[in-house]
Amino acid sequence: MTYLDHAATTPVLPEVLAAMTEQLGRVGNASSLHASGRAARRAAEQSRERFAEALGARPSEVLFTGGGTESDNLAVKGLFWARRQAEAGRRRIVVSPAEHHAVLDSVEWLAKHDGAEITWLRVEPSGRVRPQALAEALGDGSDVALASVMWANNEIGTVSDIPALAAVAHEVGVPLHTDAVQAVGQVPVDFAASGVDALTMTGHKLGGPMGAGALLLRRDAECTPLLHGGGQERDVRSGTLDVAAIVGLAVATVTAVGSREDRADRLSELRGRLVAGVVERVSDAQLNGAPLDDRLASGPGRLPGNAHLSFPGAEGDALLMLLDARGIECSTGSACNAGIARPSHVLLATGADADRARSSLRFSLGHTSTDADVDAVLDVIAPVVERARRAGMGRR
Amino acid sequence: MRLLAAMSGGVDSAVAAALAVDAGHDVTGVHLALSPDRQTLRSGARGCCSVEDAHDARRVADELGIPFYVWDLADRFREDVVDDFVAEYAAGRTPNPCLRCNEKIKFSAVLDRALGLGFDAVVTGHHARLEGGELRRSVDAGKDQSYVLGVLTGEQLAGAMFPLGSMTKDRVREIAAERGFAVAAKPDSHDICFIPDGDTRGFLNRRLGSLPGPVVDAATGEQVGEHGGTYGFTVGQRRGLGIAVGDQRPRYVLAIEPVSRTVTVGTADLAAVPGVRTGPPSWTGPVPPLPFTAEVQVRAHAAPVACRVSAGDDGGLLIEFAEEQRGVAPGQSAVLYEPDAVRGDRVLGQSAVRTACATEEPLSR
Repeated sequence: MTYLDHAATTPVLPEVLAAMTEQLGRVGNASSLHASGRAARRAAEQSRERFAEALGARPSEVLFTGGGTESDNLAVKGLFWARRQAEAGRRRIVVSPAEHHAVLDSVEWLAKHDGAEITWLRVEPSGRVRPQALAEALGDGSDVALASVMWANNEIGTVSDIPALAAVAHEVGVPLHTDAVQAVGQVPVDFAASGVDALTMTGHKLGGPMGAGALLLRRDAECTPLLHGGGQERDVRSGTLDVAAIVGLAVATVTAVGSREDRADRLSELRGRLVAGVVERVSDAQLNGAPLDDRLASGPGRLPGNAHLSFPGAEGDALLMLLDARGIECSTGSACNAGIARPSHVLLATGADADRARSSLRFSLGHTSTDADVDAVLDVIAPVVERARRAGMGRR
Repeated sequence: MRLLAAMSGGVDSAVAAALAVDAGHDVTGVHLALSPDRQTLRSGARGCCSVEDAHDARRVADELGIPFYVWDLADRFREDVVDDFVAEYAAGRTPNPCLRCNEKIKFSAVLDRALGLGFDAVVTGHHARLEGGELRRSVDAGKDQSYVLGVLTGEQLAGAMFPLGSMTKDRVREIAAERGFAVAAKPDSHDICFIPDGDTRGFLNRRLGSLPGPVVDAATGEQVGEHGGTYGFTVGQRRGLGIAVGDQRPRYVLAIEPVSRTVTVGTADLAAVPGVRTGPPSWTGPVPPLPFTAEVQVRAHAAPVACRVSAGDDGGLLIEFAEEQRGVAPGQSAVLYEPDAVRGDRVLGQSAVRTACATEEPLSR
């Protein structure tokens, strides 16, 4: 099996499995006052400290959540509600149209049900949001509740210069949220240095468990809770702490961040060989997103393991199916809840036409990827694309 | 063989896919997303492409351990089936959308794509027998679906596989239950999948608007009622005419004239016709030499009747019934069968009804 869908989820690290297994064998609610509770709390809080340190945050800035979607919902809705509560005129949300649906659908829900107004940010053809575009969209910022721009795009891997965007937002007194689900462990992410007010991350993209993530939230950021109850996590996210998941999340994050540079170099090289090899075999294949060697002041301009390609005349879901039948697992980007492949909203946001958006595939490499995986794709890509083209689009 | 199993989420296509796997084929499941605006959950037994149905199909595929994908054919379905359905009613005819879907979607768009992707055939859960290229009625007469497959050509049938034709629906449910499929007891779908509330007249009214006109009695020429659109009627229809006539004899729709918006009704004796003229036929196999005798079925679930088939006008057929038939509606397919009590009646082909032969029309014998 050739697994090239690490951006969807990546194998759990062995050290995570060991740490979680050990923790799952113990009893204790971290909110309890007795010895078992204290032991659980100690494990959770040690993890919080190590986790915070790995990401340049303070422990008190870490809110553990159920994952990226929850963190995005909490940041977007919580910041919006709190800011509007403080100043009724702040109803505008400035957001990129290339965001993950966890952000997009939260923003659109607020617009539909809660009086928010959306300002869509201009996106470069690479998928990047420039500070200038954010400055224009914010104006004087007086009516803006928050801005949200993802650190690295989940489909095409393009990185935006988040520290520069945070500086622009702060100039006009607007908090910036960033979805860094794909960025953490792949590119340098330092919460304090970045200046952002809220940062979403999740565990299962970097070798941790599914269903465990965090929102890093500055201590001065007001955020209205989504979940009410026992008052855990600064009263912003109630719910019994999932100690084993938190331990696993922390081990995964510390490990992935610690080994980031070596892995990035290795994946970047593999990815370069993959893209070059595909283009050599399918001459009209088009790379989507930023150039492979793109650089920003804050680090790489593209995720090292991301290869997103369009194959004109072939439909993405036909390509995926043919590759799947040959033991190669990748992704077309997005599917609706019924499983229907949709033209990628990210590519459409970058100005690509619907056919290019429909004909794309994402290969995402991760910590278990090898040369053999790249070879497996290169062995079959030409006949697969040829076959998908002949199968047509199922449309006229 | 490499087979593509079309999986609706219902029990028939689930068992068909399972039997194909059991037979040692390399099977991949697909669910066809046909409705552009999909309902999240089923409502009653109607329709067949909600998100919940896709989930049911996926569950079965996962249990069978076969790959499963959803294909979005909503655009094709809208153009070839739904728009055609509306246009046919607007023209005063009565379409059969299931037949059209088999002709244009399942055994055209889907089959073409499957063959292009390297599959050898498409497997469906239709109740019909297909052996040696010959399409025959299911052994389960009550569930037989050969009528809506009668439009397929030999070429299309060569890319089709119907594993359920030799078993009853009860047996299909038994197999599903034995295998622990959650869909074993799922109600049969019926009606028209893109009209989930079953209100065809309401659906057409939303598409075509109100087009009121008179309901006229054929015997007297008098107006006996009004209607909101000729599309609400089918030739042969008896109920829901909304008319007041002096005598108590039931009236049937005899003719629909969309330009003058006239619906003509008449008594049973006038509703019976001795034969029909049709459009150009399609054949499931070699073109049979005309004329010939056969049996014909003029709508889904109608009883077959003996007939003589000869050349008609403009490449069409003239089909003369052994006994007069009621409820023969323009637009419906006349599916021709060669009776065979042992192996099942064989489908020869079909042709869309254009007009009924008038009672006084001399038939060429």
